[in-house]
Amino acid sequence: MKYKNILIILFFFIFPNKSFGLIEVDITRGNLNPLPIAISPLSSDSSTKNELSKSLNVQDVGLEISKVIENNFRQSGLFNPLDKDSFLQKPDIAHLKPRFEDWSLIKAQALITGKVTYSEDKLRVEFRLWDILAAKEMMALAFTTVPKNWRRVGHIISDKVYERLTGEKGYFDTRIIFVSEKGPKTQRIKKLAIMDQDGFNTKYLTLGNELVLTPRFNPTNQMVTYLSYFRNLPRVYLLDIETGIQEVVGDFPGMTFAPRFSPNGKKIIMSFAMDGNSDIYTMDLENRIVERITNHPSIDTSPSYSPDGKFITFNSDRSGYQQIYIMKSDGSNVKRISFGKGLYGTPVWSPRGDLIAFTKLHRGKFYIGVMRTDGKGERLLTENYYQEAPSWSPNGRVLIFYRETKTDSKGEGFSAKLWSIDLTGYNERLVETETDASDPSWSSLLSN
Amino acid sequence: MILGRNYKNIFLVILMSLVLSACATQTKKVDGQMQGDVYTGTDTVEYLADGVPDRVFFATNESVLTTASRETLRKQAAWLRKNSDVTVVLEGHADERGTREYNLALGERRANSAKDYLMTYGISSNRISVISYGKERPVDSGSNPLAWSKNRRSVTVKAN
Repeated sequence: MKYKNILIILFFFIFPNKSFGLIEVDITRGNLNPLPIAISPLSSDSSTKNELSKSLNVQDVGLEISKVIENNFRQSGLFNPLDKDSFLQKPDIAHLKPRFEDWSLIKAQALITGKVTYSEDKLRVEFRLWDILAAKEMMALAFTTVPKNWRRVGHIISDKVYERLTGEKGYFDTRIIFVSEKGPKTQRIKKLAIMDQDGFNTKYLTLGNELVLTPRFNPTNQMVTYLSYFRNLPRVYLLDIETGIQEVVGDFPGMTFAPRFSPNGKKIIMSFAMDGNSDIYTMDLENRIVERITNHPSIDTSPSYSPDGKFITFNSDRSGYQQIYIMKSDGSNVKRISFGKGLYGTPVWSPRGDLIAFTKLHRGKFYIGVMRTDGKGERLLTENYYQEAPSWSPNGRVLIFYRETKTDSKGEGFSAKLWSIDLTGYNERLVETETDASDPSWSSLLSN
Repeated sequence: MILGRNYKNIFLVILMSLVLSACATQTKKVDGQMQGDVYTGTDTVEYLADGVPDRVFFATNESVLTTASRETLRKQAAWLRKNSDVTVVLEGHADERGTREYNLALGERRANSAKDYLMTYGISSNRISVISYGKERPVDSGSNPLAWSKNRRSVTVKAN
């Protein structure tokens, strides 16, 4: 509920007419030609600045919000945010009516301006998106929220502008749940952690007393499922990150692992290991009914639903080695789809439905790749010594995964970090975390 | 003088061959810790009792017991029969060269393969529990074939 307290008020919104649309961001090619965009600091009067600097410990919240937007756009690889020092027009005047010649002089094609006001303990932020070449306003919106949500305002503005300019939903007002890691490899301490997509507001959800692995978000709410070794019994847990309340999922006489939610968030699908054999099960979170989906003496694990819930992709070694399979959600029509050289693991169905991301092991290297759901069109996006477990951004455009690298010259020691890469294979980036990190999972958009 | 120099040369040759053979035995020793890619050394092995090793090792992606593993497990079974009040946990592990979830399943499969063998030698299943740590608890943090071979293991641990 805490996340619903951000009120989005439609201020005024000029519906985009296609004939105005001179700016277009080519999203099929990655970062080859990022769009130059000027993000003016959001203006605010001195009393607003004073009030907010006291409560938020931020000098100029309008400037800071513009930096949040700027950072999001730079990370996306699709935009080239221009240096604020080159801006000729003052933020407050630009917000009223930009001098388009000034902005086109610095080669900006789009401009974001805005204004922040503070009254009755509420932060009110308005922004406008301008098309510089057409000399037109493209979009205008205002939000009212509690001041401490100021970073989220920056993310929501980023999503609105991204959607207006690319025609796709954004992914900035989202969070990442992951495993924070510390200590030597033989006694690694792991904690559940959550942060904003841009690495801010990290919170630790467990203390590190027990081993925790593979957290995943419910796509419809703020629940998380993960594997915990609490009392040395590896079991799938369900955690409400709002209340901190958690419970074991189901009553299985052995290890349950590799959990994920169904697309409607009402079921958990996972593996259950018994007598040396792992099969796939689901549990309905409303009526607690457990169903067995696979029944095969091989290892069946890492299940992931298609976005319509009709199919499941999973990992099995029934052919002798780890490969990727799909089946109907009732377990029928099992079909192997990976046939390239090497081993394949961790399949995850794209939120758009057309692709499956995976980890591939071949000749001592690990690859993150994607293939179509019939197994054709395999594309390897990145190669490294060790990396795995891709997770999709909610718009199906970016993958986040983790990678271990050697830290000393002898090729020993190691560091685990989160990385993201565009579906096109461009724009590979380190995702900054306070500690070492692994097993990232991307949330849905928080605001819609 | 000539004689002296010859002696010196001979001495050098002997010295060189000693150095070389020392190198050779050292490499051999490292090789000797693995058969195929199954670890056969002892440096990480602990003992449940005198002459009863606590762990068995596996080949990459395998859960089949080797001849040496079966011998170790027979010793464990004999010791468990003599100490009938002891219960054990079999901890199954995998090396780091695999995906996390698959390795959890593989560790479980390895520990169960050891459990099955103990049961065929008369140890009741209610004295044996099984846990998999996948690749989460390596015994050797190195990233090389020898380290990985030590980490692909099932360890029998006294539970009481």
